[in-house]
Amino acid sequence: MKHLKRFGAALALCTAMSPALAEQFTAVSFGGAYGEAQQKHMLDPFMEKTGHKILFENYSGGIAELKAQVESGNILWDVVDVEVIDLERACSEGLLEVFPHDTLPAGDDGVAAKDDFIPQALANECGVGNIIWTVLYAYNGDTIKGGNPNSIGDFFNTQKFPGKRALRKRPQVNMEWALIADGVPKDEVYDLLSTDEGQARAFAKLDTIKNDLVWFDSWSQVPQLLNDGGAVMAQSANGRIFDAIQKDNKPFEMVWDAHIYDLDVWAVVRGSKKKAVAEEFIRFATSSKPESGMQDVAYGPTRQSSYAYMDEAILPKLPSAHLDEGLKASGEFWADYGESLGEKFNEWLLN
Amino acid sequence: MSQAELTAAPTAASFNEDSEVHSGLTPEEMRQSKRNQRRRKLIATAFVIPLIFFVLIAFIAPIGTMLYRSVYHPTVAQLIPETLQALQSWDEASDNIPDAATISLFAKELHYLAKERRSGKLAEEINRGMPGSSSVIKSSARKLKKLDEATLANEGAERLLAAKKQWQEVKIWRTMKSSGEIFTDSFYLTATDLTRNEQGEIVARDTNIYIKLFAKSLKIALLITFLTAVIGFPLAYYLATAPAKVANTLMVFVLLPFWTSLLVRTTAWIAILQTNGVINDFLITLHIINEPIEMLYTQFSTVIAMTHILLPFMILPLYSVMKGIDPSYFRAALSLGAKPLSAFSRIYFPMTLPGLSAGALLVFIISIGYYITPALVGGTDGQMISNIIAFHMQSSNNWELAAALGSILLILITLLYWIYDRLVGVSNIKLG
Repeated sequence: MKHLKRFGAALALCTAMSPALAEQFTAVSFGGAYGEAQQKHMLDPFMEKTGHKILFENYSGGIAELKAQVESGNILWDVVDVEVIDLERACSEGLLEVFPHDTLPAGDDGVAAKDDFIPQALANECGVGNIIWTVLYAYNGDTIKGGNPNSIGDFFNTQKFPGKRALRKRPQVNMEWALIADGVPKDEVYDLLSTDEGQARAFAKLDTIKNDLVWFDSWSQVPQLLNDGGAVMAQSANGRIFDAIQKDNKPFEMVWDAHIYDLDVWAVVRGSKKKAVAEEFIRFATSSKPESGMQDVAYGPTRQSSYAYMDEAILPKLPSAHLDEGLKASGEFWADYGESLGEKFNEWLLN
Repeated sequence: MSQAELTAAPTAASFNEDSEVHSGLTPEEMRQSKRNQRRRKLIATAFVIPLIFFVLIAFIAPIGTMLYRSVYHPTVAQLIPETLQALQSWDEASDNIPDAATISLFAKELHYLAKERRSGKLAEEINRGMPGSSSVIKSSARKLKKLDEATLANEGAERLLAAKKQWQEVKIWRTMKSSGEIFTDSFYLTATDLTRNEQGEIVARDTNIYIKLFAKSLKIALLITFLTAVIGFPLAYYLATAPAKVANTLMVFVLLPFWTSLLVRTTAWIAILQTNGVINDFLITLHIINEPIEMLYTQFSTVIAMTHILLPFMILPLYSVMKGIDPSYFRAALSLGAKPLSAFSRIYFPMTLPGLSAGALLVFIISIGYYITPALVGGTDGQMISNIIAFHMQSSNNWELAAALGSILLILITLLYWIYDRLVGVSNIKLG
């Protein structure tokens, strides 16, 4: 009996002390090669350094699951990797905690965080920018006919480059591309898309290649589509194509013209019981060294000081080297028009 | 069925006891027998309680919630109650925006929502009625958030109107008022491609998707039912008449895929139908075609994969009914001089109808709400209504619209079942 008591006391002491020593929390991201890079450069070093334990899970983006957790009060995730396109909505609906940007550490070269980060990375109060990635199109050098495409116009030119094109089945990016290919200057795209005429014009342009389109739902389908001849050109997140070229030696080429770039951020789920350690993780993950590791999948770091750790050879392959050719995805536009354009897009597909 | 048993069991029991009653019973014995009767009834009921409870929790309650959710929509009313109260006295048909007091009230509530970080919820709701208004509300909320209480009370209305020019238009206030209704038919209108115009009349929407999708789902479901019947009928006939050994072996071929995971079967169809898949490679090797045929991600692949998956639901009831048909009827018809065709159509076929209608009803009802297979192999034009419902549940977060679409699907199926009952009679179904 005495032993049992002592054991109980020891147990109680352990449980009381363990949170102070090492905590366990859950982080979610998109998996694949990207998730592996995060595991290697952000999660593993953090666990090693602090002794905390992170359960790393996958999700497919969007805010539906976040919403369900926060509204039911049953918080299963602590840290999430959110696309900026969803961040605006998630933050203003109160699904994420406000992140104190002034607690972010300075870069390893001593530059203060607010000067070290690119401005978009700290634009939203709820998150801290983690990568710059982009949506571009790639073609298969082996199956393409008619030369090498190099502009977004070529994607829509079925005369010169015959064959199927693969696009992700949603209006985002496709509407922007249609207008740019139709001759609209990049900085006018979103203004025009918020008018009925602009939307009609984009659909009219998409009409011209409708019969040559293959639709997919997940980025992971792209390398396969390009590889097995399902499409000669395909829209893709740049990291997926980079990975296929680098690891599997696929004959794919990326076209940077009119790529639509965006950020992903780390954010803390509202109501997380591990808020302090979650914030600690985000401060670590977005510091100079871990950020530089995202080069593994050709995603750009969001702070200048990370470049010091990066391979010179990789720099031209990052979206950050091609910002002039691209267009920043507008989270605000898609928060406003995502739903109504989504409906019109579905209707257009059915006709 | 459970109800029938429920009433049947005590009746049988009471019959026995009644016969005892006749052999001259005292009032005490009468009471005793009544008590026994009641106890038996209670026990019989107790047996079905778990079932009733299960059906209530797993079936009636969720469906009820769904039906309720499709019309009950208090979100906006909870977010800006005072503004909505004030908007009651505003004439929305007029071309004037609400008075300054109302606007200032709204500014106060928006300020509060921004502080609580719930303005995004309001923006999302209003944006449904008026695409583009989300950024108006959000950016105004950001501006108002910085104001202190005193400024807000004095200049709230002016600050709000200055924040975005849309506040000076009637449209956004109309939208706000209409989305503040707690009970609304707007999701049903959307689900049937209708909307209310500014005068409040019901008109057709510019986008026309849901009716088309319902029609397409019906068409696909009917086609699948027809195909399973055409394929399943001869097979079931053969199974029912073949020697037991052959029949059992063949039955394994019917049941084995049936026991295989649905996902495995669907993925197998992807491998078969894809551009460089089994069929295309085969046809190209034989020089029957030069270019691969586009089969995967079309309506064709939805139909063919679902026909395969639902085939056992047709074969099994057909088989069990055919097994019970005495072959001598058919032989008798032949020996009485009927041609084989008319003997089949007038003697044999009518006797298989209970099985056929059971199979058809099963396949039809399962296929109209099917989700996984169309999502995986259907591409764009092979999508069914369930995929759009899932889209609104998972991606667009419009649960009310999903509920309205789901309710319409439920009503549609109930209606079709009712028509079927009228034409064929439900008692005519035989499942085994």
